Amino acid sequence: MNVEFKNVNKHFGNVHANKNINLTIPSGSIQGILGENGAGKSTLMKVLSGFIHADSGSEILLDGVPVIMNSPADAIKHGIGMLHQDPLDFPPMKILDNFLLGMPSSFFPNRKEATQDFNLLAKEYGFSLDPENYVDSLTVGERQQLEIMRLLFLGVRLFILDEPTTGISTAQKEKLFTTLRKFPEQAMTVIFVSHKLEDVESLCDRVVVLRAGELVGELTPPYQTKKFVEMMFGKEVTLGERQSAPVGETVLSLNDVSLEDARLKIKNINVEVREGEVIGLAGMEGSGQNLFMRACAGLVRPVGGKIQLKSQDLSGKSYHVFKRNGVSFLPAARLEEALVPGLTLTDHFVLAEEPRGIFIDRVAGQTLTQERIQSFNIRGTPHTPVESLSGGNQQRAELALLQNPLSLILLEHPTRGLDIESVIYIWGKLKERCKQNASIIFMSSDLEEILQYSDRVLVFFSGKISQPLDANKTSVEELGELIGGKGWAEIGGEHA
Amino acid sequence: MLKSRFSGLLFQIIALALSFGVVSLILISIDASPTEAFRNMFKGSFGEMRKFAEVLVAFVPLLLVTAGLLVTFSAGLWNIGVEGQVVLGAIATTWVYRYFLESDLPPALIITLAILGGMIGGAIWAAFTGILKVFGGVNEIFGGLGLNFVATALTIYLIFGPWKRPGVASMSGTVPFPDEFSLPLLANLRISPWALGIALIAIIIVFFLLQGTYFGLKLKAVGKNFRAAYLLGIPTWQYAMYSFLICGALAGLAGAMQVAAVYHRLIPSISSGYGYLGLMVAMLINYQAIWAIPVALFFAALNIGSIQLPIVMKLDSSLSGVLQGVLVLFALLVEGARQKFIKKGQNT
Repeated sequence: MNVEFKNVNKHFGNVHANKNINLTIPSGSIQGILGENGAGKSTLMKVLSGFIHADSGSEILLDGVPVIMNSPADAIKHGIGMLHQDPLDFPPMKILDNFLLGMPSSFFPNRKEATQDFNLLAKEYGFSLDPENYVDSLTVGERQQLEIMRLLFLGVRLFILDEPTTGISTAQKEKLFTTLRKFPEQAMTVIFVSHKLEDVESLCDRVVVLRAGELVGELTPPYQTKKFVEMMFGKEVTLGERQSAPVGETVLSLNDVSLEDARLKIKNINVEVREGEVIGLAGMEGSGQNLFMRACAGLVRPVGGKIQLKSQDLSGKSYHVFKRNGVSFLPAARLEEALVPGLTLTDHFVLAEEPRGIFIDRVAGQTLTQERIQSFNIRGTPHTPVESLSGGNQQRAELALLQNPLSLILLEHPTRGLDIESVIYIWGKLKERCKQNASIIFMSSDLEEILQYSDRVLVFFSGKISQPLDANKTSVEELGELIGGKGWAEIGGEHA
Repeated sequence: MLKSRFSGLLFQIIALALSFGVVSLILISIDASPTEAFRNMFKGSFGEMRKFAEVLVAFVPLLLVTAGLLVTFSAGLWNIGVEGQVVLGAIATTWVYRYFLESDLPPALIITLAILGGMIGGAIWAAFTGILKVFGGVNEIFGGLGLNFVATALTIYLIFGPWKRPGVASMSGTVPFPDEFSLPLLANLRISPWALGIALIAIIIVFFLLQGTYFGLKLKAVGKNFRAAYLLGIPTWQYAMYSFLICGALAGLAGAMQVAAVYHRLIPSISSGYGYLGLMVAMLINYQAIWAIPVALFFAALNIGSIQLPIVMKLDSSLSGVLQGVLVLFALLVEGARQKFIKKGQNT
């Protein structure tokens, strides 16, 4: 399917989110759309998929015919389907039921036939999904596969993927890319939206770059990374020099700790974390990092072993005891677990401080908030409700809520979905904490980030944990193999 | 402009007009004159001092219940059980009075003890809902509703069983208490200035509790995001329990007022549905304490004013309930519409 954008404009109030976009995407190609957060990528895709209307005067042509789409269902009728960053599925339902949703079938669906269709399609693309299983047992990557199958079955000819490689493992990413590469053979078109250079380079036939709502350039292979970065940011950005704080005494030690949840068992973990040290956790989503991190925060009770914080035994103690002893946990789901939607920034800073008396000193609270807003570069006012902040600003607000002093900071995906400048900023702040003797444990699905910022790396693979690897001596390739379950014999000394 | 408080008020006035409109249509459909009905209701509530005193008698428990519900709503809890908590407050107050019936203690002390007893009774009943919720995983709506039925049954049992009048038990309740057990009333009127004062103080305390204290802020955090509140270091289930206890104590206080200042005995319908009406007031004011006084007064006036309808116009007095219900629905509807306008305003 051939897509043409003609003079597409979109205003949100005073914000000009898309400026005069003119772009033709030929049938059977994989088109990359690159840009930092807020560059207008998502807006353009929402226009194409019928979620929002462009300003009047804008035109979208499919195979040369102008179309108007009023809803995502309309778009699907025209053969346009979007795979959202967070899968739009129904976790408590069976995979097959989920697959049948949106199907223009009779009132009583023929489940037998649907199961056959489902299995056929799954086989064709090499997905191993059991239609009778429940959606909430799937990983993010598998849920994407399910969504792709659903859209294919609905007859979608143009796939829009919005940041599809966030939160999925390297292996699942490879699978996704293999699938996508098959589409052009059947004259289907793919639009791949991302801010990850590496992904775009390896997958796309052609790439356009958006900056501040404008289409600033178009590139074809062979790609030059430097060129992309220049176009995206208007200047060259590097992650900066690796820097390590001097490492001091032991802060956290785990002795023979065993952890369990419904799906996973991790046995006999022995790890020591020292002052000022950064430990990166690598692994596929759901390989045990979450369990490990939540055990270090006191949110998960170990089934055996001893957790010590600065020679104090905290095994079996609750999260609030850990917290009082200087452990802070920053979850990845910002609006679900970390912040309280409906409360303002000031409310949050007041809550995070030790209460003084019964009544809140609003003036002092606002002064404090104003200070933090400035020192953490948060785009908002003391009265801004947290849910109206952008993702990067929410992340900065989370960091700004951290108390002083801290012994241990635990971070789940601290920079997920953020643009590179925010990443650098946030790590700058975190490294300051290390200089004040805090240790950091973080997990990330971005191996570059892990290598760049950790001192030591722990790799997780289905409940196994590697020995701590020196970040200076390992590489993306080695980590990638370990995450995929290869090469464990070579590093030796794995636990369990 | 749509964002401003002014627009909020404007939309609420529209809601008010719409609900009067709907009720007028109902009246016209049964060949009754809306203007006459509304005039009679107004006259029946504000027309003379005696009637206005009746409005205040209804206003006191309604305001107390609303004050309590603002606390549980802040914690994100739907305390439907508030009705039963009013009843238990009345039962506990009656129990304390009966206990001291023959004693030589000064009546002022007995009244104080009886009122405190009522607060404790309501709080204990609310604690049941809280315990079911926190430790049993029973949704507070179901737990509260169940306990409401138990509370009603308990009242009937007491009136017809252990606490029955000498001779024959009757729906008119237990034996009235001696006059010195009553909160002092204004001359020739049924309203007790003490009761009114207590209710006003209660709503003021709740207002400051929610607006200006750490306790109130933490309660709101728990209500808006239980998980994040826990991770921010707030002992979440304890706060949920506190909110139940506070609401139960205020509802129990309302029950105590019904016994100590209005009925001077336990009657089967001692709560008069003020618990449920309080839920409506709390929803109508969008959980903002500052509006509790005028709206509760308005609802009380509707209740009392409608008593005139069957007498003067041969209409049923439940018309006030229809108006109150329609008003809450329109208020929610109009607020929803306003939010939509605001969103649209931001998008274009």
